[in-house]
Amino acid sequence: MLVLSGIAIIVIGFLVGVNPLLVVTVAALASAAAAGHGPVEVVALIGKAFVEGRFLAVVWLALPMVGLLERAGLRERARGIVQGLRRATTGRVLLGYLVLRQITAALGLTSLGGHVPMVRPIVAPMAEGAEARDERDSLDRETRDHIRAHAAAVDNIGLFFGEDVFIAIGSILLIRAILEQEGIVVAPLSVAVWAIPTAIAAFVIHGTRLMLLDRRLKARRA
Amino acid sequence: MIGLDAVGIAAATLPGAVAVHHAFDRSEATRWRNAGFWAIFATLLGAGPWLPDLLNGCLVLAMVGLATWGLRPAPVASSDDAARAGSAGRIGNRLFVPALALPVLTLAGTLLIPDGRIAGMSLIDPKQVTLVAMVAGAFVALLLAMRLTRPPRSAPVGEARRLVDAIGWAMVLPQMLAALGGVFAMAGVGKVVADGVVNVVALDTPLAATIAYCVGMALFTIVMGNAFAAFPIMTAGIGLPIVIRQFGGDPAVVAALGMLSGFCGTLMTPMAANFNIVPAVVLELRDRFGVIRVQWPTAILLLAFNIAVLALCAFPKG
Repeated sequence: MLVLSGIAIIVIGFLVGVNPLLVVTVAALASAAAAGHGPVEVVALIGKAFVEGRFLAVVWLALPMVGLLERAGLRERARGIVQGLRRATTGRVLLGYLVLRQITAALGLTSLGGHVPMVRPIVAPMAEGAEARDERDSLDRETRDHIRAHAAAVDNIGLFFGEDVFIAIGSILLIRAILEQEGIVVAPLSVAVWAIPTAIAAFVIHGTRLMLLDRRLKARRA
Repeated sequence: MIGLDAVGIAAATLPGAVAVHHAFDRSEATRWRNAGFWAIFATLLGAGPWLPDLLNGCLVLAMVGLATWGLRPAPVASSDDAARAGSAGRIGNRLFVPALALPVLTLAGTLLIPDGRIAGMSLIDPKQVTLVAMVAGAFVALLLAMRLTRPPRSAPVGEARRLVDAIGWAMVLPQMLAALGGVFAMAGVGKVVADGVVNVVALDTPLAATIAYCVGMALFTIVMGNAFAAFPIMTAGIGLPIVIRQFGGDPAVVAALGMLSGFCGTLMTPMAANFNIVPAVVLELRDRFGVIRVQWPTAILLLAFNIAVLALCAFPKG
């Protein structure tokens, strides 16, 4: 049970608001110590795992381009386009992105999206623009943050509950590998098919919530 | 051959350039702290594979130390509202071209060079084609953006630093959490959680076993931040022996919905930093849990849906 101390440290640390990097480091040291591993071994393991995860840093290479485009008014342009569409609302803009993200992910096009290259420069400004129609910065910070959080959520939900419909995605390969170890062979297609009901449910559930978001934003405006 | 090491070196150029930019910023009170943090990050990304694990670990700890001490970067001058509105009007929708070029090029590379062979020569590690394409796409998109917006010479690095500073320690968090996942695996956290789920509920009906498996997948994913880490352990602990073998559940259905239940967990945990914490920082939300707060109702409803589908469709009728 002591090995769970790491989880307790994470929960407390995140809630109290200590720097997450410090929380994670302390949690790693505590868990490893509880399992009987010495500090030198743990530090080496952290170093090894950190370097092995270096591919995670590739997404940041989009930042210089995003920065330059923001400097040249990309966000203002994205806003302006939506404000030119009479019937656009925050919920509808996000619903449109949800459809796009789910369908492209289901076709295996998972890299058409993401928080750095798509949500920050394009999707979030569009969603905000649909709400702040008239004056430029009329959104109060709470509303703005709420809309932005929804924009990020749509990217995640569209990705997670779209990609499993595609047979060559990592999770389906993992499922097949694990079952095969136990002597059970399943066809990729028969796994992917069972991702379709959940993909539809995700669209219905989250789409409904986006429509409710519109209603709530309208009530707040009134 | 171009593989993960080359990708790491390419990824290191960004924090490397930011470190140099900080080092030359005399106006900044904490410039050496900032420069040090980003220089260490660049070193780990670029040179890490050739350094001893222990040294890499010490560099990680030094980086965590600098971040905890406080980075407090000075603001970088960017364009003002009027200039942005003017240039947005002038350049128009062409502004979207570089932004869309990145995903399109990543995709094109992945689809056109699936085995890493260009003109018959195996140039790229077939396992890393998407990453290599993403790196190439990022550089091409940057060049397009520079041609289109004609910024002053210092602007590309300056703008990069503006965004990197805004994101700060969160840039390193996904890798730290991946490292923590490795430590948790070594310490056997997974087994404790799986055993806990088995011991808490009586798994005497298909429905009970289904609920335990799906909720267990979500819970374990919340703990590990990654459904892929949870899946082998939960499936070996409950999915295979009980849901599939004991009650005759169809393996394809069980595994598919088990994984999707794990994804519901991913939506609810700060441990999935690159989906939930990093975007909150990237979008400059005040609440670090803002994204999780809007996701959890969808996640809970979908988890219930997954349990229902699994219970209704996986088991032999009659």
